[in-house]
Amino acid sequence: MEAFGNTRLQLRDNGRLRHFLTLDGIGRELLTEILDNAESFTGVSERTVKKVPLLRGKVIANLFFENSTRTRTTFELAAKRLSADVLNLNIDASATSKGESLLDTLRNLEAMHCDMFVVRHASSGAAHFIARHAAPHVSVINAGDGRHAHPTQAMLDMFTIRRHKGDFSQLRVAIVGDILHSRVARSQILALNILRAGELRIIAPRTLIPAEARNLGVHVYHDMDKGLNGVDVIIMLRLQRERMRGARLPSEHEFFQRYGLTEQRLRLARPDAIVMHPGPINRGVELDSHVADGAQSVILQQVGFGIAVRMAVMSMALGPGPAP
Amino acid sequence: MNGASRFSIVGGRLIDPGNDIDRLADVHVADGRIVAIGAPPTNFRAEQTHDASGKVVCPGLIDLCARLREPGAEQKGTIASETQAAAASGITTLCVQPDTNPVIDTPADAELIRRRAKQVASARVLSVGALTLNLDGEQLTEMAALMDAGCVALSDGGVPIDNTRVIRRVMEYAATFDILCMLHPMDSNLRDGGCAHEGAVSTRLGLPGIPEAAETVAVARNLALAAHTGSRLHLRGLSCATAAVMLRRARHDRVRVSADVAAHQLFLTEMDIDGFDSSCHVIPPLRTVADREGLRNAVAVGAITAISSDHQPHEGDAKLLPFPETEPGISSLETLLPLTLKLVDEGVLELAPALACLTSGPADILGLGAGRLHVGSVADICVFDPNTNWRLNVDDMLSKSHSTPFLGWEFRGQVQQTFFEGRLTFERKR
Repeated sequence: MEAFGNTRLQLRDNGRLRHFLTLDGIGRELLTEILDNAESFTGVSERTVKKVPLLRGKVIANLFFENSTRTRTTFELAAKRLSADVLNLNIDASATSKGESLLDTLRNLEAMHCDMFVVRHASSGAAHFIARHAAPHVSVINAGDGRHAHPTQAMLDMFTIRRHKGDFSQLRVAIVGDILHSRVARSQILALNILRAGELRIIAPRTLIPAEARNLGVHVYHDMDKGLNGVDVIIMLRLQRERMRGARLPSEHEFFQRYGLTEQRLRLARPDAIVMHPGPINRGVELDSHVADGAQSVILQQVGFGIAVRMAVMSMALGPGPAP
Repeated sequence: MNGASRFSIVGGRLIDPGNDIDRLADVHVADGRIVAIGAPPTNFRAEQTHDASGKVVCPGLIDLCARLREPGAEQKGTIASETQAAAASGITTLCVQPDTNPVIDTPADAELIRRRAKQVASARVLSVGALTLNLDGEQLTEMAALMDAGCVALSDGGVPIDNTRVIRRVMEYAATFDILCMLHPMDSNLRDGGCAHEGAVSTRLGLPGIPEAAETVAVARNLALAAHTGSRLHLRGLSCATAAVMLRRARHDRVRVSADVAAHQLFLTEMDIDGFDSSCHVIPPLRTVADREGLRNAVAVGAITAISSDHQPHEGDAKLLPFPETEPGISSLETLLPLTLKLVDEGVLELAPALACLTSGPADILGLGAGRLHVGSVADICVFDPNTNWRLNVDDMLSKSHSTPFLGWEFRGQVQQTFFEGRLTFERKR
């Protein structure tokens, strides 16, 4: 039911992307097309003139209701490489509580003829809400809403996996850490299932696994060693400090002892397994420095691919037709 | 709308579950009271006769929990606006919760509402006073004085009292005066800022969850303390099947406990919040299909003896936000009877026991002896056509708030007339 609702909200009548809010309800063909388009954009960053004129004259507003310099920067770079004009608005939560409602903010930006909103918000469902109330000519890209979704992050992770592994169907993928609070994990799980990854595991103590997690289409492991056995891809998640205060975990130390990725544990995975992390890394909490900087780590590549993937999504939602 | 002071409602099917009556019978009213059922009294001359053939005539409905928002939040609703919506829905008595602004925690606050209602209301407005001052969960209100000022029960007003020692004392003190304690079973620590049932849907949508245990832990605690103190406990608005089972066991063990369920909990589930539908943002949250079936069963076997509206009107802007930031609650006076009749259509209940959940059931919980139609009783009467098919449209709603997930739903059975204290407070235009 949700998938159907999302399809109607996110796609135009001709099946093309209008908004990019969640991967729920998006088909394998479209995801593959995003990855293919991103592939063609990776070349742009390596040119001396790092620009294509695809979105010349378009105005893209980065609406960040939650601070994130890194994510905002990659969206900004992606938009600029497509030759769009970019507005960066860091909207402190207190600004909206000063009286201007979220919808008033949107109406003002629409009046300035923005073509796209890139939205980050602390509340799950915020991007859906904005998409539902946006003017018909505006596209909305979800840059992270609460615990719900972060679809471009998941797509850049898929891009990274595809670059290294090619086919998804035989892959064993493990996602480790704070699944409960992670919008990245939710979107990765959806993406991997849509792309028909061979086997999907989540590994965490029970306090960090959401209710009815199996319904997401994953195998749940509490024992890291068992969970890593024979996997091709290890995705480590960021652990927020406040989890210790919420009585979810006793200490970072104990978490690292049980769920940290060490060189020794890495050897349980396949020898050619890759290690990923959405960043920023807490060294010595989620993973050992040797692993983070080691040969199997593709963490820095992820950042670079993020720009290409966001260019692909932006150009597909706003652009006139197929990518160059 | 007013009408005659002596009138007859003739030809209708009289269903008065509290008196075990279900037969064709005329009802005769004079000066706000019922003077005869069946044949009119000798020398009775009706100034007006209402033809109720093909209709059901039943006691005016009693709603155990409705927010009218006055005083303090009149942009959401007023006593006048919301009691008009109530009248149009066959409701003649509404119990308001103490979480107004100011909180109903002194006799003066209760008196203010009583007076205001007397001036403008189209239904009886009964105050449920606060158990603690300003609903702070610490300092007891002057409970006996609140009851003297006309409160029918005292409540936490949906702001759970977390301190178990305070709950114990509240119940003990209330028991001294045989005051009914109405508690919303929710453990705040287990709720932990949640806004949706902790389950498959909240997991997928990434919404902070409210575990079933947030309710069952509070129910267990309240039942244990009710047994310990011997006080009268009412569990306001159950949402999960396990809590309903605990209720049945406690009633079997002769704990003095009653419970109600909001009508929407008997129809909607966690699936309805999919797509972040804020019109389904309610507290307690919509839970699983199994919970809905368990609640329906508890109503069917008579463990839950009242169905309430849990009416919570809001201005439109309160729902125009990302889901977790929207205010919980729906406008539900106008779907209370229609949804209850749907339970009959769906085979959950027979018509008379269904109407009992809206009349004698809630009256008995409050210890009012109302919700019945016999000679001498106040003429609060609802006349509805059980066969009218209609659709809930926003333009037809009388509540100030139009936030309901039931817009567009088709219903069978529609109120034709409502009499409150013998006054015609609603009549449907043809």
